[in-house]
Amino acid sequence: MALLEVKELAVQFGEFKAVDRISYQVEQGQVVGIVGESGSGKSVSSLAIMGLIDFPGKVTANALHFDGHDLKTISEKARRRIVGADVAMIFQDPMTSLNPCFTVGYQIMEAIKIHHGGSKKQRRERAIKLLNCVGIPDPANRLNVYPHQLSGGMSQRVMIAIAIACNPKLLIADEPTTALDVTIQGQIIELLLDLQKKDNMALVLITHDLALVAEAAHKIIVMYAGQIVEIGDAEVIFKSPLHPYTQALLNSLPEFTQDKQRLASLSGVVPGKYDRPHGCLLNPRCPYADKQCKTVEPILHARSENRQVKCHYPLSPEGNPSYE
Amino acid sequence: MNNNTDNPVLLEAKNLKQYYPVKSGLLKKQTKQVKAVDGVSFSLEKGKTLAVVGESGCGKSSLARMLTMIERPTSGELFFKGQSLLEADPKTDKLRRQKIQIVFQNPYASLNPRKKIGTILEEPLLINTELSKSDRKAKVLAMMSKVGLKEEFYDRYPHMFSGGQRQRIAIARGLMLDPEIVVADEPVSALDVSVRAQVLNLMMDLQDELGLSYVFISHDLSVVEHIADDVMVMYLGRCVEQGSKNTVYDNPQHPYTQALLSATPRLNPDLRRERIKLTGELPSPLNPPKGCAFNARCRLAFEQCTQQQPQLIDYDQHKISCFFVENQTYQP
Repeated sequence: MALLEVKELAVQFGEFKAVDRISYQVEQGQVVGIVGESGSGKSVSSLAIMGLIDFPGKVTANALHFDGHDLKTISEKARRRIVGADVAMIFQDPMTSLNPCFTVGYQIMEAIKIHHGGSKKQRRERAIKLLNCVGIPDPANRLNVYPHQLSGGMSQRVMIAIAIACNPKLLIADEPTTALDVTIQGQIIELLLDLQKKDNMALVLITHDLALVAEAAHKIIVMYAGQIVEIGDAEVIFKSPLHPYTQALLNSLPEFTQDKQRLASLSGVVPGKYDRPHGCLLNPRCPYADKQCKTVEPILHARSENRQVKCHYPLSPEGNPSYE
Repeated sequence: MNNNTDNPVLLEAKNLKQYYPVKSGLLKKQTKQVKAVDGVSFSLEKGKTLAVVGESGCGKSSLARMLTMIERPTSGELFFKGQSLLEADPKTDKLRRQKIQIVFQNPYASLNPRKKIGTILEEPLLINTELSKSDRKAKVLAMMSKVGLKEEFYDRYPHMFSGGQRQRIAIARGLMLDPEIVVADEPVSALDVSVRAQVLNLMMDLQDELGLSYVFISHDLSVVEHIADDVMVMYLGRCVEQGSKNTVYDNPQHPYTQALLSATPRLNPDLRRERIKLTGELPSPLNPPKGCAFNARCRLAFEQCTQQQPQLIDYDQHKISCFFVENQTYQP
């Protein structure tokens, strides 16, 4: 059975659907990458899984199963025991997600205290072990520093230490490296993948950097305007994309274009609250859209095992739409 | 003033330095210096793009601030078409402000939220030229259509625009005075992939159309590879490797450049390089290590690196500052 099973998850803020009926599964030990532009609902969907959507946001789902528990029906108290311990999350900006008023040690030990308990001495030992594990030198002394004394890369390591404090089965990393330099980005991703392999943890990597997930993830989910438009294995999805949006994202990367040539860019931006089109949400920006795309919404259907696409005319391996 | 207008070199920097004093104690005595930029030289030709790459804190943005004279360099020389730009007379100031313009990183912070787009774009003309009101408006509208903004945006406020459109406005503002050099300080790093492609296309189109030269500051090596002619890699205020884009990308010699290139994630498996692990972070410029600034993170470091600072040596149009390369015979 899958570790995390999401069926028809939707998040609404008033009339606006930030996440629109998405379904996916995460297996144990799997690295799943979720990609898409900003505003495509990547972060909101994972916040919904964590139960972090506040009023006026409304979360609905047909099923939200984690490791045998139904997150929809269990009590708030039971849910809190799971979230933070078995499912943990790392946020985008390490500089703002740590509390500046407390020491690093306090913040790590807080997570251990709430979920595991133990004596103060045990918690301290565990915290030192965790800092060591995420590659912070001189951990015993670092317990007493405040977040402002740490660099961005170091703060992100502390965030990871807090997230893995209770040996989670699923770690959701929401743009963990966007605020960091390339060399530090490499270090952090390597650290996450090491931890993932060591404990056979599942990792959901949310990012807009396609190249990053292509190197790290097994399975990739492409999101657009709150919907999943394509799911596939990392090796195939970027080689022969089925959805025009995936293709457009790839073409806009400089590495696929010859020197100084114009980049093939997708015109326009992700539709917002007031300009949601009829039919397929991509149709105003899609070069292949025809009449059917403007009226009928395509459904996410399986093309082969592990491969799903939400498009009337999925692309052929040569990159052309398959009009019947 | 020497008159060499047919010189293709538009902007030349020689040994630019920017030191910031650090004051501490009760009487605010100057105790230390931060060497933000420590001896950087380059030349920029007409219609070319010089890319400056490096991690945050390596002095890229300080360099941009010096080129546009937001800050005066502590020492060094800067020439525009052979004319020194560092003389403090109003005429030079005026020339510099017209010919060198800047586009900032964050379009959400670089536009005044209380001014309309028309006013923002008109301001450079109001200050630097004596055009009439109708001429100014005509010029603003012409520039807006050039960067792909609709005419009706003239009376709108910045908050009504998306990030990509804001960056277009920032670029338009930079181009209002017909500059020859545009310093772009991380112009696309705050933007999404597809929007980034739109802005990069715009910058390349404008370069073709107006013959602009760019100083393109970025930490994204895949973008730099696409847009640059020459590349300069900086580390802790110094240039560690400099050369044409092809030399630097195809044959990186400095261990830092090699590590940077290998750390850049690639979609295409053929383009992936063997990962060189770089431990640690950029040292504090307040307390730089002795010898080569990179020695603590370098996989090739030997004794000399911890003792002396390597000089930037020119190996046939490919400048490298590394003892390891110096001791080896350089192979182009």
